[in-house]
Amino acid sequence: MQWETVIGLEVHVQLATRSKIFSGASTAFGAEPNTQACAVDLGLPGVLPVLNEAAVAMAVQFGLGIHAEIPEVSVFDRKNYFYPDLPKGYQTSQMYQPIVGPGEVEITLEDGSTKRIRVHHAHLEEDAGKSLHEDFHGMTGIDLNRAGTPLLEIVSEPDMRSAKEAAAYLKAIHSIVTYLGISDGNMAEGSMRCDVNVSVRPAGQEAFGTRAEIKNVNSFRFVERAIAFEVERQIELIEDGGEVVQETRLYDPEADETRSMRTKEEANDYRYFPCPDLLPVVLDQAYVDHLRDNLPELPAEKRARFEGELGLSAYDAGVLSASRAMAEYFEGVKDVCGDAKLAANWVQGELSGALNREGLAIDDSPVSAVQLGELVARVKDETINGKAAKQVFQALWHHEGDSADAIIEAKGLKQVTDTGAIEAMIDQVIADSPAQVAQYRDAEPDKRGKMIGYFVGQVMKASRGTANPQQVNALLKEKLDALC
Amino acid sequence: MHDKTLTELAAGLAAGEYSSRELTQSLLARIERLDGSLNSFITVTGEQALEAADRADAARGKGEAGPLTGLPLALKDIFCTRGVKTSCGSRMLDTFTAPYDASVVEKLAAAGIVSLGKTNMDEFAMGSSNENSFYGPVKNPWDLAAVPGGSSGGSAAAVAAGLVPAAMGTDTGGSIRQPAAFCGITGLKPTYGRVSRYGMIAYASSLDQAGPMARSAADCAQLLGAIAGHDLRDSTSVARGVPDYAADLDAPLSGLKIGLPREYFGDGLSPEVEGAVREAIKVYESLGATVREVSLPHTHYAIPAYYVIAPAEASSNLSRFDGVRFGHRCEAPADLIDLYKRSRAEGFGEEVKRRILIGTHTLSEGFFDAYYKKAQQVRRLIRQDFLDAFEEVDVLMGPASPTPAFDLGANKDPVSMYLQDIYTIAVNLAGIPGISVPAGFAGGRPVGLQILGTHFAEARLLNVAHQFQQATDWHLRRPALAEESA
Repeated sequence: MQWETVIGLEVHVQLATRSKIFSGASTAFGAEPNTQACAVDLGLPGVLPVLNEAAVAMAVQFGLGIHAEIPEVSVFDRKNYFYPDLPKGYQTSQMYQPIVGPGEVEITLEDGSTKRIRVHHAHLEEDAGKSLHEDFHGMTGIDLNRAGTPLLEIVSEPDMRSAKEAAAYLKAIHSIVTYLGISDGNMAEGSMRCDVNVSVRPAGQEAFGTRAEIKNVNSFRFVERAIAFEVERQIELIEDGGEVVQETRLYDPEADETRSMRTKEEANDYRYFPCPDLLPVVLDQAYVDHLRDNLPELPAEKRARFEGELGLSAYDAGVLSASRAMAEYFEGVKDVCGDAKLAANWVQGELSGALNREGLAIDDSPVSAVQLGELVARVKDETINGKAAKQVFQALWHHEGDSADAIIEAKGLKQVTDTGAIEAMIDQVIADSPAQVAQYRDAEPDKRGKMIGYFVGQVMKASRGTANPQQVNALLKEKLDALC
Repeated sequence: MHDKTLTELAAGLAAGEYSSRELTQSLLARIERLDGSLNSFITVTGEQALEAADRADAARGKGEAGPLTGLPLALKDIFCTRGVKTSCGSRMLDTFTAPYDASVVEKLAAAGIVSLGKTNMDEFAMGSSNENSFYGPVKNPWDLAAVPGGSSGGSAAAVAAGLVPAAMGTDTGGSIRQPAAFCGITGLKPTYGRVSRYGMIAYASSLDQAGPMARSAADCAQLLGAIAGHDLRDSTSVARGVPDYAADLDAPLSGLKIGLPREYFGDGLSPEVEGAVREAIKVYESLGATVREVSLPHTHYAIPAYYVIAPAEASSNLSRFDGVRFGHRCEAPADLIDLYKRSRAEGFGEEVKRRILIGTHTLSEGFFDAYYKKAQQVRRLIRQDFLDAFEEVDVLMGPASPTPAFDLGANKDPVSMYLQDIYTIAVNLAGIPGISVPAGFAGGRPVGLQILGTHFAEARLLNVAHQFQQATDWHLRRPALAEESA
């Protein structure tokens, strides 16, 4: 039987506010346990929450970024359950009236085609603390630094049909939130995590199958792998005459499998009700308009502009707009060198290669966008040839000089275009290579083209790479053919 | 000094008749002598009180004294007080020392007020008789066989017995007004949002409100001015200027329109209480007020609506008492669930458990719409009843409680206890202010007249109450216990 996979994602994005969603404590990552938890975060008797306006602004920016409805009124609710790292015994969240209404996200698939994934809503909530089970001799340690960190939970419709689509959606969300600057998007530190709802159904069937929810998947790769495993498990189960049960499962990256956490029967009744300590959030139109007017260009718009205005290929436009850092770097190079295509080639070629080799993010590149732009400008105006340019790039990478011009000067890499100088070098190479000249002369005329490479190489070597290769080629052909 | 009002004590301090230290010492000695039989205090903070008194005297010496500097008072044990045990009347918090001051405590300290200690109360403010305290019941100074009312029973009894001239209480369904009535003192529940709730241990967040309990409306005006105002730490506190509540106390009442809600004079009202209240209304008529009957048609839904909303909020508010970070933790828990179950089973008393169960049930899937949502709809109707009435009249008047203080142990059935709050509870649901003033006696026990106004009409209520106290002397009566031991 042919099976179709149906996937919906709940993505939790940690918002990049300086203080927590309901208290003034810092949200910085990595502090000593419980040093960033104030009376409010500890849920001490008598404390009250006060909403952080920055978190509201960020949530609205996200909503605008996915062309969502922004309701005038949203309300915080309490989600009640007991857990040691949940200090108040409830999580303040938004159940009935979320801050962001229905919207949509465009994803790009591997074949370059695009698909729209509907977002059901996005709501604000507070994160819980962390339970630490090691180093406490059979007891559990509680670290409440993370408690109260603002989260935006983005809930998709079940619109994805493959693990690849789910990963592409997650990447698109990542790209939007980092473009907006509302999250650092750091998945390793838990700034983005997702719960994946997966079900399968016979191809052509309209009704959804029973779904399993895989909790807390925290990388693009794990999302794909968790779904792949889960889909296979569900299909096998059904084909063996079994039934999928609605349950919460956990993905174990080490075993590369999902395991049951709790079934629907064991699920909590969260007893949601409006939080009486917080007033409804009322957004006036002017506030929303102000945020809309100040929205940065988002990935989809940027991709379209790179393709349309700058004339890049769809592929290049996609790669260069994938992250805000990449796009900003590329545009920096382009603005300095004045050639979008050359800039695109250099950013995706030499630069990305070097970054990948060293495992660096583009923000940590030793070569700045301005430095690379100046280098590309010298390629464009033919001050140096491509080979020399690679040398200059390496020198910039290793901080051997501050600018391309300084390195070109210091290393004498300026391209030689003086015909006389090139002719002198050619004459010397011809004189030094009687055997090769003889072979050239004896070859059939249509084979000679290939043989000229040897002489070009020798001339370039003699010029230490600075001779203009086109000139060398043309002059060599002329002189060699004259010998025939 | 024990039978003076705050206003009189302030004059004595200003005139140098006694120092704040002398006043504090005298009252501490009185607490020591009398509170054994009353049990109105959970914690007496003598040392801190004397330090605060010395600071107040020093400030006065430097000419920096304000109108409240050096005046003593007690705090209901629901207000977090830095470095002081804050128990909320519960075993759960018997070992809890608050690491911070509630907004009310901060403001009183800033005004130079000297706190003598923390008063007894029904556990987590749940109760109408002060019998639900882990620290034992409080006795009514007028009759030790009677309850002082609740939940601010300790505060009311301490003021009535002359242990302190004033105390802070909180009122979620009548917990200031009813004990004020039972103990023959004046108690004001301000408009919801008038006083910050920050640092006040939450019972039902949408209903809780702090307010003063004292010997006169004029004293309540002084204290309300000190504690009212917007607080950035409480989103539900209202950003609205604080008037001088004493400014209009003497305004004449001619032309005042008084409404008597028909529903507040019906079945269940003790004839003696009704008689006292009707006498009080006559006093107002003699002062130039006009009286008419009005209707608050949804009154009989108030108690059921309250007992859905308040327990729902309480069930959530009290979840933080889980034995993990603070408060009572059971011995040697076997696992996490055991820790939760036994810590809470041992830490909470019966009435608190009952309300947590009710609240958990009404919020449960499948019941939420039928209970919680419906109760909120009823709440809007009740609020509208009051707003409609205030279109016609300036204030509403009626009894604060259907009976005078009942005997300890008399109301064993929870529902009959809940019915005690029939005249006070709707006020919290509507968020309006209310004040109870002494208006006579029934069977030797005090009767309270309740006066209600529209939102933020505290100044008007205080004026109306003060004028009554200028014309009568019920508020000056003292229980024999207070007089004998003078």
